[in-house]
Amino acid sequence: MKFVQNIFDQTRPLVEKDGKRNIFYPLHNAIETMAFVPNHTAKSGAHVRDAIDLKRTMVTVIFAMVPALLFGMWNIGRLHYGAFNMESTLIENFLFGAMKMLPLITVTYAAGLGVEIFFAWKRNHAVNEGFLVSGLLIPMIMPVDIPLWMVAVSTVFAVLIGKEVFGGTGMNLLNPALTARAFAFFAYPTWMSGDQVWINTKGEEGAQLVDGYSGATAMGDLATTVGQGLDNPATNAVMAEFGSEGTYSLLNAFLGLIPGSIGETSALLILLGGLFLIFKGVGSWRIMLSFFVGGLVMAGIFNAFAVNEFMALNPIHQLMLGGFMFGMVFMATDPVSAAQTETGKYIYGFLAGFFGIMIRVFNPAYPEGIMLAILFMNVMAPLIDHYVVEANIKRRAKRLANA
Amino acid sequence: MSQSFKIRKGHNIKLVGEAPNKDLGNITTTTYAVSPLDFPGITPKLAVKAGEKVQAGDVLFFDKDRPEVKICSPVSGEVAEVKRGAKRKILQVVVLADSTITYADHVPFDLKSGDRAAAADHFANTGVGALITSRPYGVVAAMSEEPRDIFVNGIQSGPLAGDLAYQLEGKEVEIAAAIEALALMTTGKVYVSQDAELPAIAALKHAKATAISFSGKHPKGLVGTQIAQVAPMSKGEIVWTVNAIDLPVIGRAFLKGEYAPEYKVVVAGSRIINAGYATMLQGVSLTNFLGAHANADNARFIAGDVLTGTQIDATGFLSFGKSQITAIPEGNQTEFFGWVLPGFGKFSTNRAFWAWLFPNRKYDLDTNLHGEERAFVVTGEYDKFIPMDILPQQLLRSILIGDIEKMEQLGIYEVVPEDFALAEVACTSKLPLQEIVRNGLNDLRKEMI
Repeated sequence: MKFVQNIFDQTRPLVEKDGKRNIFYPLHNAIETMAFVPNHTAKSGAHVRDAIDLKRTMVTVIFAMVPALLFGMWNIGRLHYGAFNMESTLIENFLFGAMKMLPLITVTYAAGLGVEIFFAWKRNHAVNEGFLVSGLLIPMIMPVDIPLWMVAVSTVFAVLIGKEVFGGTGMNLLNPALTARAFAFFAYPTWMSGDQVWINTKGEEGAQLVDGYSGATAMGDLATTVGQGLDNPATNAVMAEFGSEGTYSLLNAFLGLIPGSIGETSALLILLGGLFLIFKGVGSWRIMLSFFVGGLVMAGIFNAFAVNEFMALNPIHQLMLGGFMFGMVFMATDPVSAAQTETGKYIYGFLAGFFGIMIRVFNPAYPEGIMLAILFMNVMAPLIDHYVVEANIKRRAKRLANA
Repeated sequence: MSQSFKIRKGHNIKLVGEAPNKDLGNITTTTYAVSPLDFPGITPKLAVKAGEKVQAGDVLFFDKDRPEVKICSPVSGEVAEVKRGAKRKILQVVVLADSTITYADHVPFDLKSGDRAAAADHFANTGVGALITSRPYGVVAAMSEEPRDIFVNGIQSGPLAGDLAYQLEGKEVEIAAAIEALALMTTGKVYVSQDAELPAIAALKHAKATAISFSGKHPKGLVGTQIAQVAPMSKGEIVWTVNAIDLPVIGRAFLKGEYAPEYKVVVAGSRIINAGYATMLQGVSLTNFLGAHANADNARFIAGDVLTGTQIDATGFLSFGKSQITAIPEGNQTEFFGWVLPGFGKFSTNRAFWAWLFPNRKYDLDTNLHGEERAFVVTGEYDKFIPMDILPQQLLRSILIGDIEKMEQLGIYEVVPEDFALAEVACTSKLPLQEIVRNGLNDLRKEMI
């Protein structure tokens, strides 16, 4: 690999401090450190170091997301061909999805990394790896038909306002990927909700949509039952879809054979990614576990005091739908925007899951309660940490008083 | 009945190049050097000039702010040179040794009838007081302080640490005298710790000492861990710490009045050709010894262990307070896509690399950082390596922003840099934790004096 190293060595003078192309230094450095782990040695303190670095941590998260991502691509194609009642093979489904997904991913990375590199140059530091994960999370939580420019604008907003204004990676208050989604949700509501955007129904010349086609998500359908009371004949058709034979059956929801944001549908593969993260020690099991319990408790309470079909839904089924699983495994666990103390993580996770289900059911205008709940808990996390830290301080003060 | 504790947090770093209990003989040279940089918390003021004659135990320099903190010559001979750096900072005092060492005229101390004041003078004047570390701040102790307790650390659990029983062999009388001398210095207890997983060292048992024992993982061998388990420190308290390996030197100073900082030093690491134990005085020139026993090609030499030791040259001197020499390869090479490979052979404290499949493997680690420095991102990582009731990341942040009050509240008085060494190894963001803690303690100390 000497020749690759030579290329970096030869171009480095151009981008260094006094070089003509200094603006490219962060990019040069980012690519070089990606290709070669640098030859830096320990200068102070411990003389040996763990092989782990932020790149490894981030790439581990990406590996965990791959199954859900591949499934999402396949599901795009499956739903598309299904809407026209066309036969399609696994490969065709997957290729169709890939054609939709790859531009989304490319645009997100280009927009986000552009902003990151600019700030790295301005602030004179290396490009941080945080966006490697954010850049893949953002397309996975978008509807398939969202225009690319909206994704780009949302990404730029998220990186700029969600992250860089606070000082960059490690300093941000909000999860950047969810900030992007929240921005898109409020700025372009017609592209982010309803029954038109979750399944691609364009591009097939002359094809007819199947009879009774609905592009709604489970969340959208459930929201229509609010205010109708229990056992209302008007909602029976909707609720039949949640029965064992329906589109949104527990099994379908668990496997992910339902419409939704691209990467969020398959609870099974997301859980697989979550187990991988926990096993690798990269994702916090404290947050995931307490998030799940929080959601289950809220859904259980609703179930016990149900006044409409949405509330009456089986709690486990409730958790398999929408962004709950994805939020639990990939969003709430972002170490920077979550609570940072180990005790705080239990409280943070529990409340995020709890509020997520609460918002989703109480305010059907926001079927994506999970997103809002996690962002809300991001803001509350420093407060939780504050009380955990205060408890530690009080313990110490008490010891001093007793001494 | 000794109190025993199990340390569950931490990690044992297993390295190749362990030293067998083999005697490499007595190492003497003509030049010895003492560096003020090895004594945290002192501002050195010279007591000698180049060309002056000194005897072993004569003062070379002392602390400007606390003149009773005296650093003495390990050998008799002539002061050859005072090496200075930028702003005339004293880097080294070099002594050309006589062929037979003569000792400064300190009288033996009567441990039966001596009182605290006399013992304090004896500690200070013979130079063995410098072997005592004072907490908080982790600086050389001043004998005027009155410590709440004294902790003698009889556990060496760091990477490639020596076998303490072997290193202390035949020093039973001196050890007993040292413990008696230390007992005079405090109205509290003298705790002596031992490793519960090794055969007990009989010499460390003493009627005036409280025995404590620890099992489990490193950092059980850090005295900070031991204090936190037994009797955590609070603001305003002073605790002294002494390494058990220093006891014979202290004992000899009390029994014979001689300052002879002689240690059976463990020499280990993958770049050492002939690992074992060599007897040498503190400050000895290592040029010949390392030339014969180590492969110096692109190697890093460390006085101490790889977690907390001081980097030295192959032509350097044995640093004060260190009884271990480690040599490992430098890691100044790049690695193609190293962060994405499965990493079956990579040392890591977490399972992100597949090397977790082989928990008992010994590693030939080099000094590579394996990444670039980043901001704090991963949380809860340091907690796994610091078995104390503190919040490491919050404490570090309070130091970085210079918030003295927060540092105090979060327990900076309970820690010294070495307590953060394992966390520093594991840190994903490659932050210099020990340096941060040292700076915090220095700032705090400046504020307090």
